[in-house]
Amino acid sequence: MNGPELLLQNADILKSRMGACFPGERAVFRGHDLHVELKDMDWIELYVFGITGRRFSPQQLRLLNAIWVYTSYPDARIWNNRVAALAGSTRSTGALGISAALAVSEASIYGRGIDVRAINFIVRTRKAIDNGSELADCVQDELKKHRGIAGYGRPLSSGDERIAPFMALARTLGLDDGPHVRLAYAVDEYLLAGRFRLRMNFAAIVPALCADIGLSPQEYYLFVFPAFLAGMPPCFIESSQRPEGTLFPLSCAHILYEGVSKREWQSQ
Amino acid sequence: MDNDSKMEQIRTQIWLEEPEPDNLFATRAAYCHGYDVYGGMLGQSRWVEMLYLLFRGEAPTSEQAELLETLAVALANPGPRDPSVHAAMCGGVGGSTAASCLIAALAVGAGQHSGGREVFLAMDGWNECGTELAAWQLRISAPPDNKASIWPSPEHPPGFDPHGVSTATPVKQTLTRLAGIIPDSRLAWLEANLSSLELFAGRPLSMVGVAAAAFSDLGFSPEQGEMLHLLLRLPGAAAHALEQWQYGHKKFPFFKVELDNDPAGRTE
Repeated sequence: MNGPELLLQNADILKSRMGACFPGERAVFRGHDLHVELKDMDWIELYVFGITGRRFSPQQLRLLNAIWVYTSYPDARIWNNRVAALAGSTRSTGALGISAALAVSEASIYGRGIDVRAINFIVRTRKAIDNGSELADCVQDELKKHRGIAGYGRPLSSGDERIAPFMALARTLGLDDGPHVRLAYAVDEYLLAGRFRLRMNFAAIVPALCADIGLSPQEYYLFVFPAFLAGMPPCFIESSQRPEGTLFPLSCAHILYEGVSKREWQSQ
Repeated sequence: MDNDSKMEQIRTQIWLEEPEPDNLFATRAAYCHGYDVYGGMLGQSRWVEMLYLLFRGEAPTSEQAELLETLAVALANPGPRDPSVHAAMCGGVGGSTAASCLIAALAVGAGQHSGGREVFLAMDGWNECGTELAAWQLRISAPPDNKASIWPSPEHPPGFDPHGVSTATPVKQTLTRLAGIIPDSRLAWLEANLSSLELFAGRPLSMVGVAAAAFSDLGFSPEQGEMLHLLLRLPGAAAHALEQWQYGHKKFPFFKVELDNDPAGRTE
């Protein structure tokens, strides 16, 4: 069935396995009564259950929680955070500023764009190696295709302060030695030996750990969506408390014009 | 990310601003690609000429301005059935902020089904295939690999209606009107070869396909076409969002739900 028939079949009704609200009565969440069966879940547990439909161990949830904690920096200079902060400075609303800042976090050189490429690389490479491919060939193919490997190298620095505390936590939880994590380190060693100047960063180790606890690339992408969130409200609040319009004010001298010379507009 | 006391600058080839003598932060004159916006263009330039100038760096010819203006009228309101306008109305009906209604329209109108990303992909097709029918046939039968991206894999050839039966009348009317503006254009070629292209795609041309050809004729890059498509469809979204607030939520559809896995074994 396709065309208008397919559309007609879906008109006026939501057919779902994900859930529904029955106002004044109850809410169903992936086949469970939210206020009876799921009422004791903490928020991250419910969030991951909503994405996957699966339950995770307390150790796995602790690790997933730490990913969000370790990536939330209340620094209003960072591009996505700056959006939340500018919204505060212009006296917009917190929801608008922070929503836009989260949307901006879906970037090509950091955030969600890198996350998607990184988990696809690690999952794909592990499968290829299991099927007999050489690590060096997989890495070289990726470098050739993308001129880099997502999760290795970082736009503004060469090291990553998040890896050591995160891996220490993963060790205490017994989650630091899965096949994808070992592969992420093997890629790092290969790049180091080849002097590629692409050191592993948090965006490589996190998808590896998440792949080891069973998240698919799409599940991982949706899970990390709020990764920077906790750092954004402080940026909004502080700029809201300053005099309006005083966050990073740009004078005319702050704009370096590199375009054509002045000319006269000719009406068509 | 070091703390450096020297003034940082934003580089631009688009915009020059000169300050008022008493305030570096107030503009005395602003130049867009060399043209004095408030002293020379205002009252002389049409809005679409400004739009074209901003993106292309040169004033449009009269034909180009007519093409962009005619396209802008065609795109101004996709109508309340369109998912992006539906999204804006979901904001409007609940009294959400004006910006959130537009953000909703942008987010839903950004995708690969009648949205900005579809325009991007269709324009990528024009860049690759030009007016070579055989190249289009090959591209439609074997679309480029889009894996490991934040965007899902396309489910239909970009620029064609996945649920269509025959070319919709407004699509034909728009194509005919636009194709008549610039001779030997891609739009004219599209109109002349429409039946062959629709045969390759197995689907009728959509408004996205017309818009992509028009943006391509105007010399815009796929990135610019994607932006303009997002921008030019906002007026309808805004008007319909405001209208639904006036009607009120009781007159806005909520739809029925049918759960496959209701723990109470019921559906609404």
